[in-house]
Amino acid sequence: MRKGLGPFTITALVAGFAFLYLPILLLIVYSFNDSRLVTVWGGFSTRWYGSLWQNQALLDAAWVTLRVAFVSATLATILGTMAAVALTRLGRFRSRTLFAGMLYAPLVMPEVITGLSLLLLFVAIDLNRGYWTVMLAHTSFTMCFVAVVVQSRLIGFDRSLEEAAQDLGATPLRTFFSVTLPLIAPAVAAGWMLAFTLSLDDLVIASFTTGPGATTLPMRIYSQVRLGVTPEINAVCTLFIGFVTLIVMASSLAMKRQMIVAEQPVRG
Amino acid sequence: MSVHSARSGTGRKLVLLVPYLWLTFFFLIPFLIVLKISLSDDVTAQPPYVPVLDFSRGFEGVRGTIAALDFENYRLVLGDSLYLDSYLQSLLIAAVSTFILLLIGYPVAYAMTRAPLGWRPILLMLVILPFWTSFLIRVYAWMGILARDGLLNQALIGLRVIDEPLEILATNGAVILGIVYSYLPFMVLPLYAALEKQDHSLLEAAADLGSPPWKSFWQVTVPLSKPGIVAGCLLCFIPAVGEFVIPDLLGGSDTLMIGKTLWTEFSSNRSWTVSSAIAVLLLMVLMIPILFYQRIQARNLEAR
Repeated sequence: MRKGLGPFTITALVAGFAFLYLPILLLIVYSFNDSRLVTVWGGFSTRWYGSLWQNQALLDAAWVTLRVAFVSATLATILGTMAAVALTRLGRFRSRTLFAGMLYAPLVMPEVITGLSLLLLFVAIDLNRGYWTVMLAHTSFTMCFVAVVVQSRLIGFDRSLEEAAQDLGATPLRTFFSVTLPLIAPAVAAGWMLAFTLSLDDLVIASFTTGPGATTLPMRIYSQVRLGVTPEINAVCTLFIGFVTLIVMASSLAMKRQMIVAEQPVRG
Repeated sequence: MSVHSARSGTGRKLVLLVPYLWLTFFFLIPFLIVLKISLSDDVTAQPPYVPVLDFSRGFEGVRGTIAALDFENYRLVLGDSLYLDSYLQSLLIAAVSTFILLLIGYPVAYAMTRAPLGWRPILLMLVILPFWTSFLIRVYAWMGILARDGLLNQALIGLRVIDEPLEILATNGAVILGIVYSYLPFMVLPLYAALEKQDHSLLEAAADLGSPPWKSFWQVTVPLSKPGIVAGCLLCFIPAVGEFVIPDLLGGSDTLMIGKTLWTEFSSNRSWTVSSAIAVLLLMVLMIPILFYQRIQARNLEAR
């Protein structure tokens, strides 16, 4: 098979990635624009970044968002990993179809439906809406993403290692923590990262389930974005993108190293 | 041994039970509540809903609540052309967007599998990275590009392609562009996964038998990538139908999409019962594709 870089391959890749990245690059470039008019270039400046630190509402929202994302990602990772283990290691059990259905449906469920239904649940059980309800809502939809990521890793590795551990008398719990978990650790970490960034990003579900005092950063950005494009928002967005890119890069490097370490004994 | 199996029995049950109960409580029960509220009547006084089930009056209360249910909200939603148009326009916009996504995503995914082996992890990373970056921000980025005095119009006027700025923002075209842009990774990833698995000796065999490359592509590559095509299309189409952020920021006042209509009904009109009816109907429309997607997902993750 010819594996060269034909003109078609080059064109498709360049055009595809230009489409994906050009809008974000333009946004970043214009966040350093000195002019208040967003579409007129007025020289390089970082003044919009300076004014961000004076914006207390924005900083508060960022703090709420980080806290929600951290707690919900951690909970979602525990729940999602349990769900993935249940689906891959427990064999057939009754109502498995319902369980798998509830796990996969939120992956494609329109956010407005998830948001509205969770809000009505919180109202029905008379829970005060705020930080905790957003956290619970985020845990519920992100755990499904964690489950899928972990599950694809669980079915991908050699099960004889687990069987060997059990033959040698390890309890299932011990087997899980000393054999299975180290092997799936990269996927569990990737799942946590995914849950964390999904929670950071979420606007719709948070808007439905939040209450007074718990405005998240996307909600704050959204309410200003509706009024139009401003250089301050460009600056906030650039910081946000920079932050997420940094943690994704760092974790993918860490995971690659982990993956190599974890796979050594299996392959050797 | 008996201690082990007893302990493992409890452990096994817990591993299943905890996420099961969580999903039941935060996914299944909320839907039943939505269904119930959609059949209830709005109460004008605060709070704007009636209790889910009135247990304080015992069995009579439950029976009274059930007796009060009716299809009034559905009659309202189905009888009003605003809502019907929203459903139809959402389906149409999502379908057109999905088709364009396939047209753009397929060549990109195909080119990725043709790129040198060493490039592939980087290319894959480049496709996934925007997916981690905020959805809201990526949609917002287009507002500055598409606006009347935006970067695109400036560039086109600067290049003397047009004299008058084009009205792109606040049209359905902008909404479709926004959906295509935001969902592209969802289309490329399943296509890439399907294309990468293909055995290249099949194409060689076709070539040996005298098939020209374009014919091999249509008769070998495309049919074999069908699982990727189906998964990618469902992954884009289903959430796109209920999309709220994109039509709200890039669409115009005549862009009616059901996610936005539901949001307006909920936040501006404050009718929780009508928004619930809209949600139930939307779910019914999407039920078949969602079930179809679940089956594919289950097969992918459990077949091996």
